[in-house]
Amino acid sequence: MMIVLEKRSEQSKAMTFLSPVLAIGLTVVIGGFIFTGLGLDPFKALYIYFIEPMTSIWSVEELIVKAAPLILIGAGLAVCYTANVWNIGAEGQLTIGALFGAAIPVYFTAWQSPLVLVLMLVLGAVGGALFGAIPALLKNRFGANEILTSLMLVYVAQLLLDWLVRGPWRDPQGFNFPQSVPFEGWQLLPLLGEGRVHIGAILAVVAVIILWIMMGRSLRGFEIRVIGRSPRAGAFAGFGQKRVVWFCFMLSGALAGLAGICEVAGPSGQLQPTISPGYGFTAIIVAFLGRLNPIGVLFAGILLAISYLGGEAAQVELGISDKTAQVFQGMLLFFILACDTLIHYRIKFAPGAGAAKEA
Amino acid sequence: MKKLIGSIALSLAMIFAAGAASAADKLKIGFIYVGPIGDHGWSYQHDQGRLAIEKELGDKVETVFVEKVAEGPDAERAIERLARQGAGLIFTTSFGFMNPTLKVAKRFPKVKFEHATGFKRSKNVATYNARFYEGRYIIGQIAAKMSKSGVAGYIASFPIPEVVMGINSFILGAQTINPNFKLKVIWVNSWFDPGKEADAAKVLIGQGADIVTQHTDSTAPLQIAADKGALGFGQASDMIKFAPKAQLTSIVDNWAPYYVRRTKAVLDGSWKSSNAWDGLAQGTVEMAAYTNMPSDVAAMAKKTQAMITSGKLHPFTGPLYKQDGSLALADGKVMDDGTLSGMNWYVKGVDGDLPK
Repeated sequence: MMIVLEKRSEQSKAMTFLSPVLAIGLTVVIGGFIFTGLGLDPFKALYIYFIEPMTSIWSVEELIVKAAPLILIGAGLAVCYTANVWNIGAEGQLTIGALFGAAIPVYFTAWQSPLVLVLMLVLGAVGGALFGAIPALLKNRFGANEILTSLMLVYVAQLLLDWLVRGPWRDPQGFNFPQSVPFEGWQLLPLLGEGRVHIGAILAVVAVIILWIMMGRSLRGFEIRVIGRSPRAGAFAGFGQKRVVWFCFMLSGALAGLAGICEVAGPSGQLQPTISPGYGFTAIIVAFLGRLNPIGVLFAGILLAISYLGGEAAQVELGISDKTAQVFQGMLLFFILACDTLIHYRIKFAPGAGAAKEA
Repeated sequence: MKKLIGSIALSLAMIFAAGAASAADKLKIGFIYVGPIGDHGWSYQHDQGRLAIEKELGDKVETVFVEKVAEGPDAERAIERLARQGAGLIFTTSFGFMNPTLKVAKRFPKVKFEHATGFKRSKNVATYNARFYEGRYIIGQIAAKMSKSGVAGYIASFPIPEVVMGINSFILGAQTINPNFKLKVIWVNSWFDPGKEADAAKVLIGQGADIVTQHTDSTAPLQIAADKGALGFGQASDMIKFAPKAQLTSIVDNWAPYYVRRTKAVLDGSWKSSNAWDGLAQGTVEMAAYTNMPSDVAAMAKKTQAMITSGKLHPFTGPLYKQDGSLALADGKVMDDGTLSGMNWYVKGVDGDLPK
């Protein structure tokens, strides 16, 4: 006996949307077993993990703070991956965006005006887009694999940030510690409400809506989808693959850069050697969990944020390791990929030995 | 289905009931760790301090911790979470938690905060650190005695004063034995990265170092040293289990006395914001057993340790020269704490440039 995956001639449309729900359900069930295995009450544990983060205003605000960058980046990546353009380096574009935007408060420390904030956000997006343009250029000009180049550029960006905050951009009053001057007044994002929610959350929602309309209603969206499915068919329709590569990289780069400047001008309030706990990479999960659909990304971003906050709450209240959060995120991605595979393929049990001989 | 909903509701009710009962009289103490408690280094030692509080004060206290908290925006949330859950005393145990600690402290004026290795304080934020450089002076002397090649390798994390001070103290100790002793430094830009630390150790040994020491938190460099037939020192905790034939000694961070003292202060109401910088004398810095060395070397190390403990010897005593040969501290003078904690230059004898 041998198990073979056979491509389905038709995919169930309902299942395409149900598969994330199914994956979440499976994660919760298996998670319950894991908690039981750890000697905990599974209901209490799952409550703390998934429900409690949404039960107080403070934790909902924190959820939004955590979800905003994931959604911003994930929405851009969703467009990229729809076009079969593999930008894995959003983390680097986030970093360069943050550096471009932060140049204003670092070099013009005393400059205070609403213009400063606008300029910082624009520079953040420009920086991310320019850094995203590098792998696009390398792919279009030399045929270099964009997965590799975009990923490697992450380290370049992080080391540049590291060098700047320890060297030329170090706070002169900071006792040699690696950090920039703290941003003040208009160099910081305005806050919404009592907590740490900043206008980055609004930007994330706006980006999701614009991208959703673009992908569903505009010629550009159609072009991206066609190139993603079949570049040859796209070529016959007069769509240029290279143009799509440029567009996707610069768009997702700009959004990642915007997320970056929002992080440093928001919750951080200054540049530090590390400005993101890996948002650019987690956003890859977000994009896929959201079915490469901008609206889906919105929900997926919130879910991933819950898994982070829940993991932290579980540490404090249940005394379990931080690895649990990582196990949950891993299971989620595993189940969604497994469900997807079963949507596209059916399992067939073939008489193994004989088939192998014939082959 | 009904049964399921019923049991969910019941377990929810139990959670709230349990939460209400225990919070009343115990002092809840929160800890934020930058690494995993299983690092057998920095965070592990802080967790040992937490356990010491539990052991000493028993049912008067309750402790909680969050491990592997990233320095940055996430830290603020983790700290605030502890404050919101009723912690009365919170230890934030990495330099990068400084500003988040101050921000949360402002919102929770009744909660006491203790931030390790920082320099900003407020009414309810105290800082504490340990004089690890005292231990580094001793291991520098041991290194110079034990090295055949006259070269030691130093795996450093970040070029902040704390780390630079350690490197300088090490070479100053070594120079008292061998004035031509050489020290090669590799910066790995991380506090905890076993892979990078191991690579750095291999490179240093390849460049002729037969003694490896580190200002990073994993056991990897010591294990590499053991594999390659070199000798090394443990960091933050006694790592003899990981390299029984290669560890000479280890500078052990013992936070327990400070943690217990500060907890008692909160309990009896005498807690005040302050800046503690304790060392060998107070027991915050300890030396692990001197092993894998001849008895005369061990005797010398013990003698130096006793002199530093009693205050007769200060590792940073003039004349001190910077790397470029200029005089940094006049003959017979002892460096004051302010200059020490802002140190951003190498003393003479260190190879290479300090990253700027």
